[in-house]
Amino acid sequence: MIYSTAEIWFIIVVLGVGTFLIRFSFLGLMGGRRFPPWALRYLRYTPVAVLPGLVAPLVLWPDATGGALDPPRLMAGAVTLIAGLISKSVTIAMSAGAATLYGTMYLLG
Amino acid sequence: MTASPVKPPLSPRKSYQRGLIDGLPFLLVVAPFAMLFGALATEAGLTIVETMGFTIVVVAGASQFAALQLMMDNAPTFVVLTTALVVNLRMAMYSAALAPYLSAAPLWKRAMMAYFNVDQTYALSFAEYERDPALPLANRIAYFAGVSTPLCPFWYFFTYLGAVLGGGIPPEYAIDFAAPIAFLAMIAPALKTVAHVSAALTSIILALALAWMPSGTGLIVAAIVAMTVGAQIELWMERRRA
Repeated sequence: MIYSTAEIWFIIVVLGVGTFLIRFSFLGLMGGRRFPPWALRYLRYTPVAVLPGLVAPLVLWPDATGGALDPPRLMAGAVTLIAGLISKSVTIAMSAGAATLYGTMYLLG
Repeated sequence: MTASPVKPPLSPRKSYQRGLIDGLPFLLVVAPFAMLFGALATEAGLTIVETMGFTIVVVAGASQFAALQLMMDNAPTFVVLTTALVVNLRMAMYSAALAPYLSAAPLWKRAMMAYFNVDQTYALSFAEYERDPALPLANRIAYFAGVSTPLCPFWYFFTYLGAVLGGGIPPEYAIDFAAPIAFLAMIAPALKTVAHVSAALTSIILALALAWMPSGTGLIVAAIVAMTVGAQIELWMERRRA
């Protein structure tokens, strides 16, 4: 990590204040006003628009293997996703993924 | 027992207890996530004080992981901030949903609830307010406080535990892959409709295709297009149904 202590605190504080303002927006500042439906439509998709794009290169090109495809990591990623889709539970998905990662790493040496 | 047909009003204390009990199971999600964040943050080179600052100032799991991941990739500060804030934009929706039920509360209480307005506290409180629209304001606030009690203090505590225990995990434990697994575990249950799945696929394809763009900016482009795809497909599905 290349950031100075000041840069790290800058990130923490701006992210914290920005996040608070997002959460406070309608509760605090805008009284009884409502979101226009088109804005709600966009907001609904923010997590699924950001997180998959963030995770895809980490699964396909992991730094730990110098960017080469890695069977245990691919398997673990797939199992996490499938377990999450079936169970709808974050905890079950994470446990299944971790078990697969360590299981395949152990089996494949 | 009285024969009165009117239910006696629930005391705020009872509402607080209800919230507490409803929030408790989410500890199972919060504890491992928080420990993981603490461990990864110190592994990545943050001090314990910086790690705790992150967790106490931001209190938003997914965006904390996103920011940390981009910091590990040495992305420019504005990319770290933009991406993490976009992850949190959904909370404006939570704020808007809770506002009609809580707008009569004093400003400082609304500010407190805004700070604690995370996925779980929002989801449980909103469900409770909808279930019982006649619930007095004091009970609504008490319920929200009850739900927050087992979640937020433990979010801090388990982050600290992870930060203290996590530093120096040997590489053979593949801790690098803990964040991807955490992200995937968060994404999967959110893939509720065709529109969500399309947005996610768009995000993946564009993020990979735009990986050549300078540090992390490709992801921001991918996210904006993916959000638009999700919104447009939702609109299109609605029109088709009509």
